[in-house]
Amino acid sequence: MGDLRGSSLVTLDDMRLEHIRSLIQRAAYIDGHRQQVAKTCAGRVLATLFYEPSTRTRLSFETAMLRLGGQVVGFAGAQLSSASKGETISDTLKVVSNYADLVAIRHPKEGAARVAAQAASVPVINAGDGGHMHPTQTLADLATIQARLGRLSDLTVGLCGDLTFGRTVHSLVTTLARFGGIRFVLISPDELRCPQYVLDRIDAAPTCSYLCTRDLTSVIGDLDVLYMTRVQQERFFNEDDYLRLRDTYILDEAKLSGARQHLAVLHPLPRVNEIAVEVDSDPRAAYFQQVKEGMLVRMALEAALLGDPLPGYEDEMEEN
Amino acid sequence: MEVTSIQDGIIIDHIPAGRALSVIHFLGLDPTRTRMALIMNTRSERYGSKDIIKIEQEATFQLDILGFVAPQASINIVKAGKIVSKRTPGRPLSLVNVIRCSNPRCVTTVEGGIDQGFHLDTTGGQPGVYRCDYCDEEAELS
Ligand SMILES: [Zn+2]
Repeated sequence: MGDLRGSSLVTLDDMRLEHIRSLIQRAAYIDGHRQQVAKTCAGRVLATLFYEPSTRTRLSFETAMLRLGGQVVGFAGAQLSSASKGETISDTLKVVSNYADLVAIRHPKEGAARVAAQAASVPVINAGDGGHMHPTQTLADLATIQARLGRLSDLTVGLCGDLTFGRTVHSLVTTLARFGGIRFVLISPDELRCPQYVLDRIDAAPTCSYLCTRDLTSVIGDLDVLYMTRVQQERFFNEDDYLRLRDTYILDEAKLSGARQHLAVLHPLPRVNEIAVEVDSDPRAAYFQQVKEGMLVRMALEAALLGDPLPGYEDEMEEN
Repeated sequence: MEVTSIQDGIIIDHIPAGRALSVIHFLGLDPTRTRMALIMNTRSERYGSKDIIKIEQEATFQLDILGFVAPQASINIVKAGKIVSKRTPGRPLSLVNVIRCSNPRCVTTVEGGIDQGFHLDTTGGQPGVYRCDYCDEEAELS
């Protein structure tokens, strides 16, 4: 894992599959060894530079570092930072590189994390850049699928809702396609279909295929994973279309009754009303576990980019 | 129509009709200083219509950019009134500071001092498209 030390995570497309697998494996180890890893990053400082507010994501990054024994500094909201005085991202990162050992950046502009990584002299993690990339969300999704189903290939994966604008969907599809052996079922209204470049990436993976449909009920019984997304009102030109479509895709116990027992239901959260509250107590609901997995993979990632070994991890790997 | 042949220089043939001015722009040719002939919307057996540019000077400029702006063009090198070589432009793997990203959500719209970079993406099949290094938006010919 020494390979990841000192590198940045801008997009998962640049990360080798063995490194993704390793991070997920480390996250699972951390979960079972919370005391042993509690001082892994002692003396380290993580800077969270959040140019737009995203409290949950920031808390996840910060809790991850605190649980590894490190400390956190940062800002949230551009009005609190020098960005409001017109400082470039590059200059901010050159300054912060002198304070912190690791940076997590969230910015409303697409590609901001790449600019940050180019300018910084410490590793940078993309915590979301506009509607573009959000690689640690995808790592959380993958870790949840691995924890629930024990594998990341040979799966039928349904994605439902807004497949046009949902960045988490595009990133998850692209990354799963690299693992191979995935049958994607893309469930959306015609207005919110998956963009062509994502379909191209599935086509480019020889062992993957996809099916586009508008009807969740008719396909739910085939799925190992169902990834629900939010259908946002502002995507629609008129209220009637929105209400009609919104209600078509609400996942409730009635729809789930046709699903397999091992199905894992994922959602990037926060939900509005895509998933009825009654589903929360169904064992197939995995979206709160997803939050936990998100923190664990961020712990694994932060330690790996800093090059801090997890106490006991290598020994355990040798035994297995 | 007829335009006198050139003695030493380059003929860029089979430019998509109407795109010759873009080619001149991207090649960085200065129309006030370059001896050249511009033929627009002339008949082409292959494509129906086409533009042609004849430039009476040595090719000191970056012809690679033709792979972006007019990939189906042909480049003819002329020496002493004769075509001595003929080729099609390659598709450069990257374009740096040639075009600007048109995505209003792209970081390049707010961050000064960084290169405007594009890379060739062939996942959708050949010949591929150019995408912004930062936001992955497809390049547009302005
Ligand atoms: Zn861009």
